[in-house]
Amino acid sequence: MSQQRLPVAKTYKLFVGGAFPRSESGRTYPVRGPGGEFLANVARASRKDARDAVVAARKAFRGWAGTTAYNRGQVVYRIAEMLEGRRAQFVDLLVTGDGADPAAAGAAVDAAVDRIVHFAGWTDKLAAVWGSANPVAGPYFSFSVPEPTGVVAALAPPDDALLGLVSVVAPIIASGNTVVVLAAPDHPLPAIALAEVLATSDLPGGVVNILTGDPAEIAPHLAAHGDVDALDLTGAGAELRADLERAAAGTVKRVHVPTGSDWTAPPGTARLRAFLEVKTVWHPTGAVSLTGGGGY
Amino acid sequence: MDTARPQGGAAALAEPGAGPDATTPALPAGTAGTAGGLQQRPAPSPGLRTDAELSDATRDDSSLRRFLRGLPGIDPVGLEQRAAGLATRSIKKNSKLQAIDLAISMVDLTTLEGADTPGKVRSLAAKARRPDPAQPGVPSVAAVCVYPDLVAVAAEQLAGSGVGVASVATAFPSGRAALAVKLADVRSAVDAGATEIDMVIDRGAFLAGRFGEVFDQIVAVRQACAGRRLKVILETGELGTYDNVRRAAWLALLAGGDFVKTSTGKVSPAATLPVTQVLLQAVADWHARTGEYRAVKPAGGIRTTKDAVRHLVAVNEVAGPAWLDPYLFRFGASSLLNDLLLQRRTQREGHYSGPDYVTVD
Repeated sequence: MSQQRLPVAKTYKLFVGGAFPRSESGRTYPVRGPGGEFLANVARASRKDARDAVVAARKAFRGWAGTTAYNRGQVVYRIAEMLEGRRAQFVDLLVTGDGADPAAAGAAVDAAVDRIVHFAGWTDKLAAVWGSANPVAGPYFSFSVPEPTGVVAALAPPDDALLGLVSVVAPIIASGNTVVVLAAPDHPLPAIALAEVLATSDLPGGVVNILTGDPAEIAPHLAAHGDVDALDLTGAGAELRADLERAAAGTVKRVHVPTGSDWTAPPGTARLRAFLEVKTVWHPTGAVSLTGGGGY
Repeated sequence: MDTARPQGGAAALAEPGAGPDATTPALPAGTAGTAGGLQQRPAPSPGLRTDAELSDATRDDSSLRRFLRGLPGIDPVGLEQRAAGLATRSIKKNSKLQAIDLAISMVDLTTLEGADTPGKVRSLAAKARRPDPAQPGVPSVAAVCVYPDLVAVAAEQLAGSGVGVASVATAFPSGRAALAVKLADVRSAVDAGATEIDMVIDRGAFLAGRFGEVFDQIVAVRQACAGRRLKVILETGELGTYDNVRRAAWLALLAGGDFVKTSTGKVSPAATLPVTQVLLQAVADWHARTGEYRAVKPAGGIRTTKDAVRHLVAVNEVAGPAWLDPYLFRFGASSLLNDLLLQRRTQREGHYSGPDYVTVD
C-alpha cells in the first residue's frame, strides 16, 4: 500500500539571542517566488523585537569583544564550514526564491563561504593594520589599538540575499562587534537559513541577530536607539537613508554608508574599518635613573 | 504627627502576656523622623474595631497556633492564575509614565553586600536623592537600605532630604542568633540614625511550629525599634507553601510589624507576583478587620519596569488604590531603579535608551 506523505513546511522565525522566537507582535507576511508563487510565511518583526534584539546583542558584546582574535577567527571560520555543509540547501533557496540559475546560485554560495573565510582570516590582523606603536617625545610608550565599536544595526542589501548579507555581517563580527541585521524584505529565506547555520556553529548567542520584516518600519527605531553604537546603511534606499542618518545623529552614532555594491568584487577593508575605534594608550616606560642610563 | 502608624492596636494586641515585655504600652507615635516627606495616612476611626478573635489569637502559644492554622487555605493554582491574569494588563503612555514615577518613589534603594564601603553608600545616597540628574521632575526614592554599620554614613548623606534610611538588622540574612544579639543589632542601627528597621523572622522556629517564639521576637524587636517603622522579612522562598506565607504574614501583622516584606534578596525564589499578592491580601484583610493600614514590600528579583508595573497593578487590584503610596508599598531593589530611569527616558525622549545613560551603581 502506498502512502502519500504530507509536506512538512518550515516555519520561518526570527533569530534573536541564539533562539528562534516568533515576532512578539504575532505578525507574518507572505514571501513569493519570482513567478509570484507563494513560498512561505515569514515573521514580520516589530520595534519591540528590534529592542529585544539590541538587548541580546548588548548582552553578547562584552564576551564576544573579549575573546582573543585567534578564537574569534576560529569561530567565524566555523560558520564557513557549516555553510559549506548546507551548500545544497542554499543553492535550492536561491533557485526557487530568486529565480537564479543553478550554476549562478552555486557560485553565489561558494562566494559567500569564501567571503566568511576571508574575514575569519582578518580577526588577528586588525591590530597589525590599524594599530601602531607611536613615537612620542617623552618617557612613554604610546600604543594605538583598534577596538570594536559595540552593537551595530545593519540593513542587509535587497539585491543579493545571501552573498550581500554575509558580506555585511562578517566584517562587523570579525572585529568583535555584535550585530542586529534586518534581512532583505523580499528575499528573507536565505537569511533565516543562514541563522540556522549560525546557531549550529560556535557563535555565542546574540552576536548575530537576524530580523525579518519591513526595514522602513523597524530601522528608524534602531537608528534612534540609545544603546546602538553604529549603523550600517547598506540596504537602505536613498530616502530612508537620509531619515536614518538624521535619527542616528541624535545619539551620535557611527554611520557607514557604502559606495557601490558589487558583491562579487574583492571586499576591501572599508567595512572592517567602519566599525573599529582606535584607542591610544600612554604608559610610562619605567623609572628614570638620576645617575643616567635610566629606563629609556 | 503621623497618627497612622499602627501603634495602639497592635501593642494592645501584643499585651496579653504573649510578649516577653508586655508592660510597654503603645509607644508615642511619630517620635522619629519616619519616612519624612511621605504622604500621611488618615487616622483610623477612634472606635477601632478591636476584633475579639484577633486579640484572643495572641493570648498564648496554643491560641496563636490555632488561629494561624485556622486561616483559610490558599488555592495555589487559582492564585497563580490570577497573578498571571493581572500581569497581562497593558499600561501605556501617560499611565505608564505615572506608574514609573510612582515606582521610583517606592524604591528602597538597597545595597547589602559584604563589599559595601562608605563610598558606595555615599554614591547610592546621592542617587537616592536625585535618581536621574539629567531629567527634571524625577522623584526621590523612598529610602536607602544598608547594613547597620553603614547607617551613620547614609543618615549623614540623606539628612533633610526626605529619603528614609532603612537598615537590615537581627542577624540579617539568616536570623540565626540569640535574641539579645538581634536586639543589640537593632539598637545599634536605631542609634546610628535609621528611620526604618528591616528584621528577619526566625524561619527555623516558624517551620518547626514555634509560632509563639517568632511572635515574641517580633514584639521585642518592635520595642527596640523605639517608634521606627518595622519591616518584617518573611523570606518566603524558605517557607515552602503559600499557606505558610499567609500564616507568617498574619503572625507579623499580629505582632505589630508595620511592613510585611517578602525576602532578604539572598534566597531564590524571592519576590514573585503570587507571593506579593498573598501579602497584599493579608494587609487588605487586616485593614478590613481593624481599620489599620499596614504596608507591603516585595524585595529581590524585581529587575524590570514591566515587573514593577505588574506589581502595581496587583497592589491596586488586590489591596486597593490606597496602597498605591510609598508609605504603604515599597520595592526592595537595586537594579530596578536603573531600568525605571531608562524606561522613563524612553517615554520622554521617544526612543529607546541604553544603560550607558544611567549611573553604574
